[in-house]
Amino acid sequence: MDEILEILEKNSRYSTEQIAVMTGKSEDEVRDAIRKYEENNVIVGYTTLVNWEKTLKESVTALIEVKVTPQRGEGFDKVAERIYKFPEVKACYLMSGSYDLTVIIEGKTLKEVALFVSEKLAPLESVVSTATHFVLKKYKDKGTIFEDKPEGDREVIII
Amino acid sequence: MKTEDMILKKVLDIPPSGIRKYFDLLNEMKDVISLGVGEPDFTTPWNVSEAGIYSLEKGYTHYSSNAGLLRLREEISHYVKQKYDLEYDPKTQVLVTVGGSEGIDLALRAVAGPGDEVIIPEPSFVAYKGCARLTGASPVIINLRVEDRFKLTPELLKSALTTRTKAVIIPYPNNPTGAVMDRDELTAIARILKDKNLVVISDEIYAELTYNGKHVSIASLEGMKDKTIVINGFSKAFAMTGWRLGYACGHPAFISAMNKIHQYAIMCAPTTAQYAAIEALRNGDTAVDDMVREYNRRRRMLVEGFNKMGLDCFEPLGAFYVFPCIRRTGLTSEEFCEQLLVKEKVLVVPGNAFGEVGEGFVRVSYASSTVNIIEALKRIERFIAKSPSNISA
Repeated sequence: MDEILEILEKNSRYSTEQIAVMTGKSEDEVRDAIRKYEENNVIVGYTTLVNWEKTLKESVTALIEVKVTPQRGEGFDKVAERIYKFPEVKACYLMSGSYDLTVIIEGKTLKEVALFVSEKLAPLESVVSTATHFVLKKYKDKGTIFEDKPEGDREVIII
Repeated sequence: MKTEDMILKKVLDIPPSGIRKYFDLLNEMKDVISLGVGEPDFTTPWNVSEAGIYSLEKGYTHYSSNAGLLRLREEISHYVKQKYDLEYDPKTQVLVTVGGSEGIDLALRAVAGPGDEVIIPEPSFVAYKGCARLTGASPVIINLRVEDRFKLTPELLKSALTTRTKAVIIPYPNNPTGAVMDRDELTAIARILKDKNLVVISDEIYAELTYNGKHVSIASLEGMKDKTIVINGFSKAFAMTGWRLGYACGHPAFISAMNKIHQYAIMCAPTTAQYAAIEALRNGDTAVDDMVREYNRRRRMLVEGFNKMGLDCFEPLGAFYVFPCIRRTGLTSEEFCEQLLVKEKVLVVPGNAFGEVGEGFVRVSYASSTVNIIEALKRIERFIAKSPSNISA
């Protein structure tokens, strides 16, 4: 059944009918499977991958390395929750290595992101230090290359 | 004397490709969805391309040995053993060629000549007949039947064999029909061939692209190894068409004869491509699996789509083609393709381009994105709805 997930992860706009044909299952089977995935939170959501650089919307993305003091009995989860509940936080991962959390922030301006770090993130009691890296250009995200696709470059060939 | 008179008759006698005119039309049009091309839409897996680039950086820009880099031949030998249970000595039984196409040409040139007959099941890849003719041999065509799902049957084979038969082409998984032959079906063929004094040329270029069980090579069947030349390559499985790299395996007598022609005509296959190919064989399986799964989905969409709109389409189990019957439209294959291109901007290839028996069918390639396939099916359905047989009905 994981093939359904594989297909949806690539393109969530395929209809149940199309997925049924692609996988050789019945529409009912596909519909049931997707419903179960949604119920069990295997499918957590459906989003669209947008290249905002191509629009007029101004936005900046920053990747912040955060060092924290884990809380007794709760480890990192509680600290992480304090951080990821801010709507500005687009992604939050627990890391191995020289720091603990990767926090990805999106804001309208550089200043907005800087303010978030200095006023919201850094002052948290369990946060020991932060290092902010601004994203200059997105080349690829979620397995998708952002660069414009070249037009059909296949040469005409006999058979 | 006219310059044209300098050209050999056997070359002049080869008809120009039947699909050239569509491509000329195609060049003048915009927004055409091409389901006409016989090559993967995927680009070469990056680890493979990167290995080629790295070889250039290291300065490996010289000829390889005529038969190909020994390391590559060793990998090929290992690979065909793992995949198809074929055992070949990399030093004497493997030849690296410029695509599978060169392998076909070399095999035919090494064994066939004037007075010989070469059995070619059709519909099939256009090069067999052309290459056979260039050797001076006579092609003997077997017309495969849709009711046999375009497989070669023992009866059809027997009816084509004569005392002059020198070579038999076994083209499975098949271009253009997508037909495959399983172990039992090949065994029935092998039983007829194994005591005959002839050479089997098994073109297995689509071997990795099968959708219901693993490919079986006729060379792996009892009594067949020494009389079979296996042709395979990197183009289809690893999406490496532009690298031009294939290989042939067989008895040392075949391989050394083919190598003799190869060394004078080509010298050796491109070295960069050979380094890339080593990486493909060593670490290409995941990428191939991903592509095969994706092809399989598209295959199901097309088969379902054509059958739904009333164009009978048997389920092809290999390669990346479906071969629906278009007779219901009242059009010939060529009319269908030309009108479909002009009216709905979808390019498919007339079945008769692969032999007269392909008339009434078209080849539709699913080496194109799912999005394209969905749109193409819509356009074809619209086209069918307006076809002459529907208007008169």
